[in-house]
Amino acid sequence: MTIKEMQDALNARLLFGEEFLDQDVQFIFSADMMSDVLAFCGKCSVLLTGLCNPQVVRTAEMLDIVCIIFVRGKMPDENILSLARNKKIVLLTTEHFMFTACGILYEHGLRGGA
Amino acid sequence: MSEKLTFQYVISGDDFTRAGEASSSVKNKLKQLGVDDAAIRKTAIAMYEGEINMVIHANGGMITVTISDTVIEMILADQGPGIKDISKAMQAGYSTAPEEVRSLGFGAGMGLPNMKKFSDEFQIESTPGVGTTVTMKVFL
Repeated sequence: MTIKEMQDALNARLLFGEEFLDQDVQFIFSADMMSDVLAFCGKCSVLLTGLCNPQVVRTAEMLDIVCIIFVRGKMPDENILSLARNKKIVLLTTEHFMFTACGILYEHGLRGGA
Repeated sequence: MSEKLTFQYVISGDDFTRAGEASSSVKNKLKQLGVDDAAIRKTAIAMYEGEINMVIHANGGMITVTISDTVIEMILADQGPGIKDISKAMQAGYSTAPEEVRSLGFGAGMGLPNMKKFSDEFQIESTPGVGTTVTMKVFL
């Protein structure tokens, strides 16, 4: 599934990364606790989270995550956006709650990585 | 790479938003040096958790990274409050971090366990009131 298809499935708004939407993704990790992401993310290349601070982008950077999806309508500030632009990490935001967003993506064939 | 490369970073203790810049810099340097991806990932995760710890608990500190043909060594030294009970601090889930740190996505008692998990060699020395030094190695 491409990031663009994920965006459509979640009815998500693109905040950064138009040029990277064709990237293919298979595995997703979802958590609000960044230490858990660092510990268990494994081969996942997408992070679904309700946490909204620059450390989300930093965590993604350390793990070569290509796309961050904020749930519950979280809107990152300019600080977060500029860091994501700098690291070339796609940012999406969806109004769905975490559980629903995970369910939608699972239905579309995406899986957890660990 | 026949000679060792050494990089030093002063970690500021008062700006959580900048925590991770040193780890990011090391990750980029390792990429430029053509280091194996798995080793880069382990180093990045271990150092980033350490850097976050320094900001959360110790009001910053100093990180020295040495890269040779065979090993990446990270020494994280701070003059923070020190750790009273290291074996407790090494337990997954044990945390002394305040609630506000948890709201930032850390402080779940995973920092030190993650640092140990993602390094090949892990050593910690701490004296209450003096500070903590963590030495981690990732072999190449």
